[in-house]
Amino acid sequence: MSRLIMTRRGLLKAGAASGVALAAPMSFVRGAYAEDFCNMPTGSTVTLGFNVPQSGAYADEGADELRAYQLAVKHLNGEGDGGMLGTFSSKALKGNGILGKKVAYVTGDTQTKSDAARASAKRMIEKDGAIMITGGSSSGVAVAVQGLCQETGVIFMAGLTHSNDTTGKDKKRYGFRHFFNAYQSGLALGPILGEQFGADRRAYHLTADYTWGWTQEESIKNATEGLGWETVNAVRTPLGAGDFSQYLTPVLNSGADVLILNHYGKDMVNSLTQAVQFGMRAKQVNGKNFEIVVPLFSRLMAQGAGENIKGILGTTNWNWSLEDDASKAFVKSFGQEYGFPPSQAAHTCYVQTLLYADACERAGTFSPPQVIAALEGFEFDGMGNGKTLYRAEDHQCMKDVLVVRGNENPTSQFDLLDVVKIVPRDQVTYDPAIFGGDLGPADAKSC
Amino acid sequence: MKQLLSKEPFALLLFSAVILTMPIWLAPLGANYPDLLQKFAIYAIFAMGFNILFGLTGYLSFGHAAFLGVGSYAAVWSFKLFTMNVLPAVLFGTAFAGGVALLIGFVCLRRSGIYFSILTLAFAQMFYNLAYSVMTPITNGETGLQLTLQDPRIIDRALAPAGQGLPSTELFGLSMSGYSGFYFCATMLIICFFISRRIFKSPFGLTLLGIKSNQTRMNYTGFNTRPYTLTAFVISGMFAGLAGSLLAVTDPLAGAERMQWTASGEVVLMTILGGVGTLIGPMLGAWIIKYFENIFSSFNDDALQQVYSFLPEGLRNMAVDLSSLFVGEGWHLTLGVLFMLIVIFLPGGLMEGWRRIVRRFRGGGGGEGESAPAATAQPAE
Amino acid sequence: MPILHLLLEHSVDNGALRNMDAIFLQFLNGLDKGGAYALIALGLTLVFGTLGVVNFAHGALFMLGAFCAVTFNKLLSLELVVLDETKTTAWGTALEVRTAYIENWFGDFGTTILDYSVPISIIVAIPVMLLIGIAMERGLIKYFYKRPHADQILVTFGMAIVIQEIIKHYFGANPIPQSAPDIVSGSANIGLWLGLGDNVVYPWWRLVYFAFSAFIIAAVFAFLQFTTYGMVVRAGMRDSETVGLLGINIEKRFTVVFGLAAVVAGLAGVMYTPILPPDYHMGMDFLVLSFVVVVVGGMGSLPGAVLAGFMLGILQSFASMNEITSLFPGIDQIIIYLVAVVILLTMPRGLLGREGVMEE
Repeated sequence: MSRLIMTRRGLLKAGAASGVALAAPMSFVRGAYAEDFCNMPTGSTVTLGFNVPQSGAYADEGADELRAYQLAVKHLNGEGDGGMLGTFSSKALKGNGILGKKVAYVTGDTQTKSDAARASAKRMIEKDGAIMITGGSSSGVAVAVQGLCQETGVIFMAGLTHSNDTTGKDKKRYGFRHFFNAYQSGLALGPILGEQFGADRRAYHLTADYTWGWTQEESIKNATEGLGWETVNAVRTPLGAGDFSQYLTPVLNSGADVLILNHYGKDMVNSLTQAVQFGMRAKQVNGKNFEIVVPLFSRLMAQGAGENIKGILGTTNWNWSLEDDASKAFVKSFGQEYGFPPSQAAHTCYVQTLLYADACERAGTFSPPQVIAALEGFEFDGMGNGKTLYRAEDHQCMKDVLVVRGNENPTSQFDLLDVVKIVPRDQVTYDPAIFGGDLGPADAKSC
Repeated sequence: MKQLLSKEPFALLLFSAVILTMPIWLAPLGANYPDLLQKFAIYAIFAMGFNILFGLTGYLSFGHAAFLGVGSYAAVWSFKLFTMNVLPAVLFGTAFAGGVALLIGFVCLRRSGIYFSILTLAFAQMFYNLAYSVMTPITNGETGLQLTLQDPRIIDRALAPAGQGLPSTELFGLSMSGYSGFYFCATMLIICFFISRRIFKSPFGLTLLGIKSNQTRMNYTGFNTRPYTLTAFVISGMFAGLAGSLLAVTDPLAGAERMQWTASGEVVLMTILGGVGTLIGPMLGAWIIKYFENIFSSFNDDALQQVYSFLPEGLRNMAVDLSSLFVGEGWHLTLGVLFMLIVIFLPGGLMEGWRRIVRRFRGGGGGEGESAPAATAQPAE
Repeated sequence: MPILHLLLEHSVDNGALRNMDAIFLQFLNGLDKGGAYALIALGLTLVFGTLGVVNFAHGALFMLGAFCAVTFNKLLSLELVVLDETKTTAWGTALEVRTAYIENWFGDFGTTILDYSVPISIIVAIPVMLLIGIAMERGLIKYFYKRPHADQILVTFGMAIVIQEIIKHYFGANPIPQSAPDIVSGSANIGLWLGLGDNVVYPWWRLVYFAFSAFIIAAVFAFLQFTTYGMVVRAGMRDSETVGLLGINIEKRFTVVFGLAAVVAGLAGVMYTPILPPDYHMGMDFLVLSFVVVVVGGMGSLPGAVLAGFMLGILQSFASMNEITSLFPGIDQIIIYLVAVVILLTMPRGLLGREGVMEE
């Protein structure tokens, strides 16, 4: 049976005889059933769908992601200086599009809402014939769109999403994430917190009351309690609370000496600004300096928080001040195009686009099962994060994580984060089994 | 024409024909793909139901999205617990939303006017906030309630073993994604149109209109209006629940933001935009808003360059720059401007425009006297 | 009050003193929040409860006020950009060295002006917001006094979107930080003043904000109470027809009321910027809340709006205390709406509402 000659006609006959049993092995045969997947590109172009927030709180982040995507498309099509194509360890991409087809793209507005994001992704798939969807600026949206892509058989390359769930309990065969996650933030940040603040600390968490906040709180709690810290309290705050004073005052006389803000975006900007106003950066508790930690932050948020970010510790996926060749090449080509350096969201989106294109080239087809196989377990370098592995078990990238600190003396309006330490990949690698979840099948679907 | 339209079978037939041929006549507008067509049908139901309350009784509910959300959650739970067949899901969604509407309506209808609006708003916001956070075991919070491989699905399991991957919603074997999903929603819309038309023409509907024009007087005559308004509220909530369950049918996911006040506000805007109290106005309003949200937001600079490709380079760039303010990430701006223009020039919404056109063709020279409000509004912009 | 009682019971095992501190601080938070709510609601209730216009653009006015401060600060910090050819950025262009003109021209005095940009921008915001308010009323709102509320909702909502999008176009979507003057940027050690211990500290700027909101509220009341202008406006609110018959130009007064509402909303926005870095969407975030405050206070009642603002602010603060949320999880997220429901069901017209306003 397994020695069948793989022609379409033969397969059809065999299929009729042996039924479903053949379905699985078929998908491993390169190009055998090329016509049978969703939105197979037939013309001279291949369409990618860039699904980013264009309205709402993350609109600026979305705009930066879109810039990165457009740059990636340029580089894939052989325009511009090539950016990270030159430093990428895989040399499959030649600057002639993907598999010889010119890259075109469509865009959509997720509004940072799952419903709108799915509607937008569906438009790209059903109307515009997008072969791959990428983007997103929140975990809720990423998980929702990833689920949709699994159902329709279109590959999803996640943008900025930090929740453990994206590649944990909600992981999908068709979804891939280059960005790091809350658990890795904890693994990376823990030792540094110990180094900087000592082992005898009392932490108080303020956590955005939704899935991402909870996973981050749990991850950071695990890491700090491992250091011997005590968790005084973990308080949930409503999303978009605006004024956090009623959650901040209890911190003052709780006896805690570290405040951990599990907030992102506008919530983080507001809570940090207000915490600093309550004198928390200048305070002394238990004979130690009071410290504020923001486990995940980005340059755009640092801009929103202004002066208040100075000296605050956190983690980030990538920062433009990195000195490796790949980062330099990317910053150069982005800066020349737009006049300012890229954000971490822009970086991860650019890399994801290149990685997808490269996987298609290496697979020699756009057929999702083969592209997935090419991405799973793919080991690469030269994308700004050192040696990186796209882990097959959960589709999470394993790479270095940056621990950063708000810059005390910025030399420009973009120079907001200081890299404290590049935590090496093996220190932030974890067992994929801890989050459960099931990738599901990879078989191609026609849509 | 007018006589014909008032005949029930003909009106129904015409309406069905227009709805069912949407994939054809929406093609030039670029809106003929299944997802948007489904959304057109679903939000038309939502707005139509809202109009039964607002248009007939004058009670402005600012929390109608709560019923949409409840309908969605109930439908997804039906998929998770029982079967992927959509009929039970639709029934559950509608019934649950009806039940919740009965409770909320019973409480809120003790007040009228703005006090009623704020009461409904408060309930919906409580639903939303709790669904997002504390009630996560039931609603799956921010991520939204989804199907998983571990779902029991007892009825389906009893009939056949579980397949690989997630099952899709079906109507006795017919998959409910894509065009078949649209036709299912469209059928529901036609049924809803029929019901809502019947309500408008019934003595019940006339009573409601009486309540709208003067509730106090009706109360003085010894007439108890509460049962009538409550019935309208529950029917309207069930329409919303049906719409919510159809959202889940075409895409089995239910998120809390469906219940946020912005969603409640959206249906208010749809109804006013189309024409409060008219039979098909709210549906038109829903279509316009959804069209802008899905199509206008997708024009990027690249697409604009192609649109204006007939212009010379310099002019083209100017045209692209100018139009990009209104499309792509600027689609909200266009929507805002459109709201203002319509309400300034067409008081009474889109249906007012239709009425004017009809008048022009019928009696030559437009309406007499009734264009006064528009005339005073003209100096505005 | 059951909440206080409950807290005191709890305090037996937790240390009574620390809990008293916490309660005191939450009370301050409540006053501060209440001040903000009351200020926003005050303008809305002027327009909504008295002119009868459902103004969904009120949040946008609040946001515009905040952006007055942002613009003023941006203008002050307009920078002289000198390209330093000896240094390059990471992407290869010459490094820009920026110094604010105002510092170039006035030296230290310029720096001081920059430091005080938020309070100074009040002076700018008052005429700007007044003009915006008057323009809005003359250009648009006045045609909608006699139109159904539905039309008012649509037109003001459309306008709010347009204003937002314009701001987004020029300032982006990211919050723009505004700092309070150095002298009030830290925390006041209230505990020391009152002998409560070291842990009772409160940000200076929040104290300033509370004092400011109290002042503005008082000023608005004084204006309506003690000036002939205000008297006519009040009379017009009660019975515009009769006042009109007396030969008083009621339309002009309405314009002033709208302008006044815009100024109050704008000032609330200006002073809030150091607490909440402004972004284009902040108005919408406050919109629903301000409607709730106005209606809970009762339609057509200014004291009602102020009272409801403070009450909801204080209750929200207390509901967020750990002792309460551990008993009722999630209560802090819904407390405002819960209180609104309870009040509207027990008091038919809110706290101090007048009969017949917006009840049809």
